[in-house]
Amino acid sequence: MLFVLRRLLAGVLMVAASGLAAVAQDTDAPIQTLLQTHAEAIAKSSRKTIGPAIDALAASGLDDAQTVLQRWQDKEMWFDKETGLFVFAEKADNKTLTLFDVAGGGTIGTAPKKSYKQLKPNSGIRSMIGAALVQFQLNSPDPLTRATALNAIEREAEASHLTALRGAIDSEENPFLKTRKIRLERLLTIRFAEDDDTRIAAIKSFAGDLGVDVRAALNPLVATRIEAARDVPEGAMPLKVGSDALPRDAAYAILVAQDDAPARVSPGALRDALVANIKDDQIAGIQVATLVTDEARADVYGLLAGEGRVAPLVTEADVTASLERFRFFATYTSAPLAVALAAQATLDDIEATVALNQTADLVLDALSLASIYFLAAIGLAITFGVMGVINMAHGEFIMMGAYTGYVVQLFVPDYTLSILLAIPLAFAVTFAAGVALERLVIRWLYHRPLETLLATFGVSIALQQLAKNIFGTQARPLTAPGWLDGSWVLNDIVSISYIRIAIFALALLFLALFLFVMNRTRLGLEVRAVTQNPRMAASMGINPDRINMLTFGFGSGIAGIAGVAIGLYAKVTSEMGTDYIVQSFMTVVVGGVGNIWGTLLGATMVGSLQKGIEWLNPSNTLAAQTYMILFIILFIQFRPRGIIALKGRAAEA
Amino acid sequence: MAYLALTPRRRPLVARYPSIAIFLGILALFTVGVTVLAEGFGIGLISTSFVKTLGKTLCLCLVALAMDLVWGYCGILSLGHMAFFGIGGYAIGMWLMYARTELIVIESLAAAPLPPTPQEISDGIATQIFGVVGASEFPPIWSVAHSLPLQLAAVVLVPGVLALVFGWLAFRSRVTGVYLSILTQAMTLALSLYLFQNDSGLRGNNGLSGLQNLPGLDAIPQSTISIVFFWASAFALGLGYLVCAWVVSGKFGSVIRAIRDDEARARFLGYSVEAYKLFIFTFTAVIAGIAGALYYPQAGIINPAEIAPIASIYLAVWVAIGGRGKLYGAVIGAAFVSLLSSWFTGGQAPDINLGVYTIQWVDWWTILLGLSFVAVTLFAPRGIGGLFDLIAERRSPDRHGAALGPDAGALREKEADA
Repeated sequence: MLFVLRRLLAGVLMVAASGLAAVAQDTDAPIQTLLQTHAEAIAKSSRKTIGPAIDALAASGLDDAQTVLQRWQDKEMWFDKETGLFVFAEKADNKTLTLFDVAGGGTIGTAPKKSYKQLKPNSGIRSMIGAALVQFQLNSPDPLTRATALNAIEREAEASHLTALRGAIDSEENPFLKTRKIRLERLLTIRFAEDDDTRIAAIKSFAGDLGVDVRAALNPLVATRIEAARDVPEGAMPLKVGSDALPRDAAYAILVAQDDAPARVSPGALRDALVANIKDDQIAGIQVATLVTDEARADVYGLLAGEGRVAPLVTEADVTASLERFRFFATYTSAPLAVALAAQATLDDIEATVALNQTADLVLDALSLASIYFLAAIGLAITFGVMGVINMAHGEFIMMGAYTGYVVQLFVPDYTLSILLAIPLAFAVTFAAGVALERLVIRWLYHRPLETLLATFGVSIALQQLAKNIFGTQARPLTAPGWLDGSWVLNDIVSISYIRIAIFALALLFLALFLFVMNRTRLGLEVRAVTQNPRMAASMGINPDRINMLTFGFGSGIAGIAGVAIGLYAKVTSEMGTDYIVQSFMTVVVGGVGNIWGTLLGATMVGSLQKGIEWLNPSNTLAAQTYMILFIILFIQFRPRGIIALKGRAAEA
Repeated sequence: MAYLALTPRRRPLVARYPSIAIFLGILALFTVGVTVLAEGFGIGLISTSFVKTLGKTLCLCLVALAMDLVWGYCGILSLGHMAFFGIGGYAIGMWLMYARTELIVIESLAAAPLPPTPQEISDGIATQIFGVVGASEFPPIWSVAHSLPLQLAAVVLVPGVLALVFGWLAFRSRVTGVYLSILTQAMTLALSLYLFQNDSGLRGNNGLSGLQNLPGLDAIPQSTISIVFFWASAFALGLGYLVCAWVVSGKFGSVIRAIRDDEARARFLGYSVEAYKLFIFTFTAVIAGIAGALYYPQAGIINPAEIAPIASIYLAVWVAIGGRGKLYGAVIGAAFVSLLSSWFTGGQAPDINLGVYTIQWVDWWTILLGLSFVAVTLFAPRGIGGLFDLIAERRSPDRHGAALGPDAGALREKEADA
């Protein structure tokens, strides 16, 4: 009860307040006068005639002009049907409007809706108003509004923006926005300025700039059209027929298009013409059944042409003669010559810079691929390189590591935590698998490398199928933590994703770990002793069985961790191991068996080769892999022991 | 088998090795039996598709024979022979596909008002064949596809030349043992990756299809064609067995076994080890190519997946399980494992219900195969063929890797050196 009363009271008070605030409309305000000057155009709302009205408002310098444009655009401007005065209005209810003054925005009061008419600018007019509003937004005190306006101009620039932008540079205080404004002003100058010298100056200022926007602004300027005439006009670039820019067929097509030469008769047209002239199984007196070669058809067509029944055949000699009668040249179609030439020069300059940066990007790509190969191969560098055991199931250990990561993520939803958990767990799982494989199979085959290869093939086949049975054939995701998303962007061309940087760092870490374990620990010492001479090592009190087991487990465990890293950027499937096994062996063999630096060099070589070939033949990773393998086969011809060949006693171990 | 080299008089090959006569006899009986039971000319107890399976199995036996020669006798564990097999299939497949498409195109153009020109026919065939990879022109690799004799020559020459070049490169730089295996695997991988591309000129991963339809023989039922191919496969296997047996007998065979057992010693004895190995490698590649050319018209389709390294690994598995170093071992292994494999993966094997889990052989067969391969390598290096030795009681002492001295720390006999 009390509540209802209170609301009632509030309502009464509000009505009273609005009544008090209501003031008479200021009919003589400058803005209203200006609007009245263009009242007819505004009320008519036609795109063709509205231009002067908007320009006048924008140029008026009145404080209210921005509000008027804004609210007009938002369809909140109405006019009195009798007096023609403009007001802002909001619908109070279905039949009444709340009116506001266009000058100052003060409330006027309420009025019946039917005595006012709403201005409904169409989308064309609204965008014109928007363009006019830009200059107000560019000078807005709110930096966010200014940035939004700049974005809008970048998206859809118009000639009118140029003046607005020029007027808004000096007053800009934010240094970042100021740089953007200056750059945008120069881009718009290139596109819209009237004066060629200004445009050329703006074009030249962009030499070497990598921005896509610059190229987008410059490219239309260098559009050319190829024409043919008896003489090359002034300022046109002559072209040679048969060059890359103007193939023979294209040149003749231009002549045909200009009606300067007859069109060639296509084989299809020739056939249709012949078919149209068949009479009693004969064409021009020749039996149809004899027309089994192109020459015979052309001859008959020649007969028809001789009778004047079809257009004459254009021979190659005719084509050559036509082409020789004309000179071909290209003209710039969308810019004056000087501007176009300046744009071309700047584009060439940018192209050179782009090429340089692309090379840098390629090198980064190659490095990142090399680190992936290194990561995949480092476990093998231990089992194969140091111990000399061929483990064809190495790829499956990588796969097991990746699946371990996937399973951990099923239970631990936090990605950062799950990756931190997955790495030791993957090591543990594959370490155990490696030890089991060594104990059960490899131990019996130490003196029979070919048999080891075969037996581990069997294990590899079985493990792959087992993974397929457990996890299915579809790829499983291994999601990287959020802080590894995205890329480190140097400029528009050079960028590298954080995951690849992480893998690169991990590869370096593993290199350090390997060196530390092998050279600085008791285990490393014993491993080296056992690989060099197991019996001597045994007589020194080292248990070769135990060392072999641990080394093999260590190599397998590292493969597992590599699996987690590889799974982060590639899909986890049961067959992912096979993708890496041959490359890993190649990496180790190319680098030189038994030397970790060789493996590093091998990975770098294999990685950069693959990227280099991909660059020569883009969009074709398969071909790149093919050629890379062929190259490696040839490379082994010349350095059968790899890049870093062990010499002396170490080589015989 | 050391006694072979010591035989003083040259008696006929078949007389010296009773296993050849036994094998050929069994093969002949088998062929006659299948012919009688099949639909083509016999009583129709065996379905046409099973005749095709048997015919394909015989081709696999032939390539296993080649594998045994190069691995079991010469010690080169090649993981590339299924690639040569596939190349043979592609070579014959190109002609089959071209000739059949040509007939179809000529037939469809016959209705046109003008007789077709050679160019129109060629364009029509190219569009039909390469439309699936978005091309309509013949790549250069198809330049002799119209000619059966030339493509048949390609069946022999392409694997042969490839093996010759690859082998020459590999053997002259003394790549042996596991390194050679990995290198051949890399070659196989490179080849299959290359063929997987759409612009390889061989229809990318679509491969060649419709090979079971022989051009111009549409009137003859598949039952007859399948039995003829079965005969051809059986004949090829029989001939291949004879030739392989002849190669491994006599002095030549002794030399290649010597290379297998101790390459360095054979070299020091003055034998040109590289030439012997190169000959065996190339010769077996040619056999593999021929086997492939017989296999794929029966299979009907060939695609790059058939060339992937895993196929060559399975080939090694068959030979190992069958028993390497014996020609009949390779044949038994290929026949036994491939038929068993199609039985298990075909869903005919009964599932085993363990209460909590049902073992479905379609899923578990590969695991069983992999593990039994490990077991054979570890415990029965002579494979199934070794059983025959036991029966014949001709088992010679296996001294490979045996200790030379009385105690465990003594020097060991060198293994087949890697």
